[in-house]
Amino acid sequence: MSEAVTEAAAEAALASRAPGTDPASVPGASGARQFWRRLRAQRAALVAAVVVALLLLVALAAPLLTAIEGQDPTTYHPSLIDSARGGVPVGPLGGIDGDHWLGVEPQTGRDLFARLVHGARVSLGVALAATVIQVALGVTLGIAAALGTRWVDQLLSRITDIFVALPLMIMSLALLAIVPANFPRPVLVTLVIGLLSWGNIAKVVRAQTLTLKGLDYVSAARLSGWGTRRIARRELLPGLAAPVITYAALLVPQNITVEAALSFLGVGVKPPTPSWGQMLTAADVWYQAAPQYLLLPAGALFVTVLALTVLGDGVRTALDPRAASRLRVGTGRRREHRADTAAEKETSS
Amino acid sequence: MSLVDVTDLTVEFGALRAVDGLSFRLEEGAALGLVGESGSGKSTVASALLGLHRGTGATVGGSVRVAGTDVGTASDEELRRLRGGRAAMVFQDPLSSLDPYYAIGDQIAEVYRVHTRVSRRAARARAVRVLERVGIPDPVRRSRSRPHEFSGGMRQRALIAMALACEPDLLIADEPTTALDVTVQAQILDLLHTLREETGMGLLLVTHDVGVAAESVDEVLVMRHGRLVEHGPVGAVLAAPAQPYTRELLGAVPRVEARRTAGEQPSEKSGGPLPDARRPDADGPRADSVRADGPRADGRRAVAGPSDEVVLEAHGLRREFGRGKRALAAVDGVSLTVRRGETLGVVGESGSGKTTLGRMLVGLLEPTAGEVRYEGRVSSGVNPAVQMVFQDPVSSLNPRRSVGESIADPLRARARGGRGARGGRARDETAVRARVTELLERVGLEAAHYDRYPHEFSGGQRQRVGIARALAADPSVIVCDEPVSALDVTTQAQVVALLGELQRELGLALVFVAHDLAVVRQVSDRVAVMRRGRVVEEGPADEVYESPRDPYTRQLLAAVPALDPAVAARRRAERRRAERREPALT
Amino acid sequence: MSGFGGLPGFVLRRGIGTVLTLFAISVIVYVVFYVTPGDVAQITCGPRCSPAQVHQVAEQLRLDEPLHVRYWHFIEGLVVGQDYSTGTSVEHCRAPCLGLSYQSDQQVTGLILAKLPVSLSLVFGAMVLWLILGIGTGVLSAWRRGRLTERLLTALTLAGTATPVFVIGLILMIVVCGELQLLPFPQYVNLTDDPEQWAWNLLLPWLSLALIEAASFARLTRSSMLETLAEDHIRTFRAYGVGERSIIGRHALRGAFAPVIALNANNFGSAVGGAVLTETLFGLPGIGQELVHAVNVVDLPVVVGMVLVIGFFVVLANAVADVLYAVADRRVVLS
Repeated sequence: MSEAVTEAAAEAALASRAPGTDPASVPGASGARQFWRRLRAQRAALVAAVVVALLLLVALAAPLLTAIEGQDPTTYHPSLIDSARGGVPVGPLGGIDGDHWLGVEPQTGRDLFARLVHGARVSLGVALAATVIQVALGVTLGIAAALGTRWVDQLLSRITDIFVALPLMIMSLALLAIVPANFPRPVLVTLVIGLLSWGNIAKVVRAQTLTLKGLDYVSAARLSGWGTRRIARRELLPGLAAPVITYAALLVPQNITVEAALSFLGVGVKPPTPSWGQMLTAADVWYQAAPQYLLLPAGALFVTVLALTVLGDGVRTALDPRAASRLRVGTGRRREHRADTAAEKETSS
Repeated sequence: MSLVDVTDLTVEFGALRAVDGLSFRLEEGAALGLVGESGSGKSTVASALLGLHRGTGATVGGSVRVAGTDVGTASDEELRRLRGGRAAMVFQDPLSSLDPYYAIGDQIAEVYRVHTRVSRRAARARAVRVLERVGIPDPVRRSRSRPHEFSGGMRQRALIAMALACEPDLLIADEPTTALDVTVQAQILDLLHTLREETGMGLLLVTHDVGVAAESVDEVLVMRHGRLVEHGPVGAVLAAPAQPYTRELLGAVPRVEARRTAGEQPSEKSGGPLPDARRPDADGPRADSVRADGPRADGRRAVAGPSDEVVLEAHGLRREFGRGKRALAAVDGVSLTVRRGETLGVVGESGSGKTTLGRMLVGLLEPTAGEVRYEGRVSSGVNPAVQMVFQDPVSSLNPRRSVGESIADPLRARARGGRGARGGRARDETAVRARVTELLERVGLEAAHYDRYPHEFSGGQRQRVGIARALAADPSVIVCDEPVSALDVTTQAQVVALLGELQRELGLALVFVAHDLAVVRQVSDRVAVMRRGRVVEEGPADEVYESPRDPYTRQLLAAVPALDPAVAARRRAERRRAERREPALT
Repeated sequence: MSGFGGLPGFVLRRGIGTVLTLFAISVIVYVVFYVTPGDVAQITCGPRCSPAQVHQVAEQLRLDEPLHVRYWHFIEGLVVGQDYSTGTSVEHCRAPCLGLSYQSDQQVTGLILAKLPVSLSLVFGAMVLWLILGIGTGVLSAWRRGRLTERLLTALTLAGTATPVFVIGLILMIVVCGELQLLPFPQYVNLTDDPEQWAWNLLLPWLSLALIEAASFARLTRSSMLETLAEDHIRTFRAYGVGERSIIGRHALRGAFAPVIALNANNFGSAVGGAVLTETLFGLPGIGQELVHAVNVVDLPVVVGMVLVIGFFVVLANAVADVLYAVADRRVVLS
């Protein structure tokens, strides 16, 4: 379910398995501006960024949007469902009309549009907050392992290995079972995802820190007489930004999928709080009477994860153009790129 | 008909013209050397001979005929038959040039079967035969090894064996010895020579090293910026170059026979500017910016020549990597002294422990045993007075910080440690900037370079920045770890000259760690020869080079390529004799 | 240097690491589950338990004993078995004993063993599919790089990575079983009873799990092969006239082996998560479905047991993959 992430993790694992000082993988200097230029050059990433921005906007403006519609996500509308037919929405197209733009939920009659946009809030909010936790934990522990003594490294690396090996879905499922029901579920899901799945990012950070630590410019900084803290701040942290951002960009869609899966299974975000995954739980029963009840949350999930994945790939390409350029064969830039590398080889021979 | 006939060859990568109107011929059985610095287009020519630019987006103009095949118009099938069958190529890095996952013998057999319709078994037998021919001991067993189980020299032999598999008419060798140690280089060049004598195949040797060309070819073609500079018999071109660039190139090549001219350096070596405004990365410092009397803030007087005062000492230094049974001593009991104002050359091949020794001297590595003394006192950890210039001009500068900031690091660190005063921050900042500017100018760069980033500089310029950063700490010793090995020979000469000037002017002691015997001789007062973690011989440079006592030193010196083809031939004969006498040393 | 000499040592070290990881997981799971906030017995028993039942649960959990003693009993049960009183009678639970379910008083080990074949059928069948589909697609897009085929496959795999497994499962089920009625809604049939029906009924679950996983393998295979194609040794074989077919099929593909193995290990955990979703969606009576049920009714011994068993498989898969990786890329052992 987290292909892009695991793929990146596999690459990172490979990198750490075959350690090599590749200064070429350290992106060039002029930082942010160059990054934006490279990101803008990718049309797909640009479209994805617009989609993600729109989704964020919808999530933020969810109360406003539902207010305009004149509905809210939790009110039951028994009059709009036909209890004689098992609870299908009254009226054609699953109850779409001027009051309910996308129809109503079967059985409860809750407004579908309202649940969908409030669901965006939950999905994105949980995913982003969990990513923040994962990044914070992963970066801290990864750096500590790389810079600490051999014993600290051993201990932290073993702990990291354990967390990498833990099956996230299974552990989340189990953990969510034992926490009292009065604990706010979205916060709980965030915590569970964030605290359980930081292992891979910690590995990436550790490997990158070790690589950076071996670079001559870090030795040079030591010779200047600066202490470890300043060197970590000035020489190491900036070099970690690129891989961490890349990785975080891939974690967000993963977290969205996990949250949706947990809610689909009925242990994540629970009613009345809406969530896309949870809406799909009963969708297979109703797909004939109200196809949008299946298609809308599924489509929302698909578009969101797709946009975030494409954006993540774009961010990776923009941050590490050398690694990405090897994989870029097949786009319109093929010729230029080949020429670049050939010229590069020639000048460095 | 000639074996190779290149007429008006042009290769363009987008807007970059890598080869520009080159024509030459190579007769059957002859050997031609393509010599040039990086960016000269020499490797691009080698690839063009096999049509390797096809399908890469490069534009190839002119005509190339190799062994009767018109490479430009040949069909893919014809081209495949030419590649490996009639003309075979040997590449620079023998490790990355072989598939890491398959046995060497299988790889050779695969290539053989592409060109000859034989059974798998017969192809394997052929692989074993060619491996034996290039001098791989126990070829049956070794043919089942993977490339990483071979040493560098063995890998290059294996690649040559692959080239020999189909008995080609032409061997194209692209920098075949650049990644190898000097003794191994000599063996490989000797092997190429022998094979050429035996098979009568033609050789096209691409190299940046004039000495390697002098050892191996009959004719030499000097290239620069994709154009032909000079072409002629190797003896004539090297003895009496007709073109100014060739003269400049030859002048910059350090000679292992030449004594160090203490004090006065010949003017053309002392950072003499290359009149070259076209290439953006040309490494020409402006002559007027290299002032012989650079101003010094602390007013320390310039010291001419070495004194007897010992500044840095190593006592029984030992450093192990790994633990337990697998521990390996990279440096194994090394004692050295460095006197004020002198240069100690440390020379050794890869794996000799010279880099580890350098890192222990500056305190970047803690010794497992033994100690480093600075001015008589035991020092542990880094010491601002002992600085380092690093080998790799790419990784030694933080790509995200301006070079000025990098150079200012030691100044800022000292200001923080020394005063800790809150006031005068702005004044400090002005002083730091002034001092950095002064250092930039001193090493032949400009004040305006302060805010530039490393990627905007050429390799030589970056190395100058590294030197400025080392100087910023006001050191009395600088350990230079292979400071010029990544640079072109003309740039190399300029950086070496700059180091010499700074030494005379500031009374610096230099520890010059390098694999290149000629460069080390050029800069050193005394020389230590390292092998397998130990110093096998140490003494005044001229003594070590002219009457070496240790057999290993003798072997090293005998392996250095000579610039005179006649001398090279004599040395080759000597090496053959020596090999029979002392085979255990290889 | 002997390329293979270090392998037994490597396997041994990795084996010890695996045992330690399993031990750590058992401690974590145990501590987390039995040091929960609130009244453990009440939570364990569920909201509808009577005070007498709660008391019985507290006794069974030995809540009066300190935690490490309780953990010791748990391990003891795993290794040598344990006796349980179920109110009136005493039942022996043979090793490896994971305790008794509070809902059904069944032994957890037996419960798991009964469900295991379903889950194994699902996961390993799907794994075969996703490896074939994924690697095949990856090789195809690396071979046809720069052409329409590659772009189409790239778009497809991207869509695959963006679709949650339960969404694709839902759609497959609705389209294939509901609308087109090509297959009946899946019902698990034992492999030993009727292999043909077994396969037909598992076809859709396999597909839903495999399509998603295959997408990431296709991406990785393609990118590893393209990376290998850019390496120097490929240039060597081109310069020796070796054909494109051999370069792709022999040399580039070999370079993708190690990453694919690493990914398979890395993804195994998430694939097991996907299997839980698939089982729930298709109503397959496997471990996953049972786990979801146990979680919903807060049947803690079952949850703990299942988490440990699944964790065991995942950690084992990781260890096996590491060894395979070392064999695939022997330089690892040396470094």
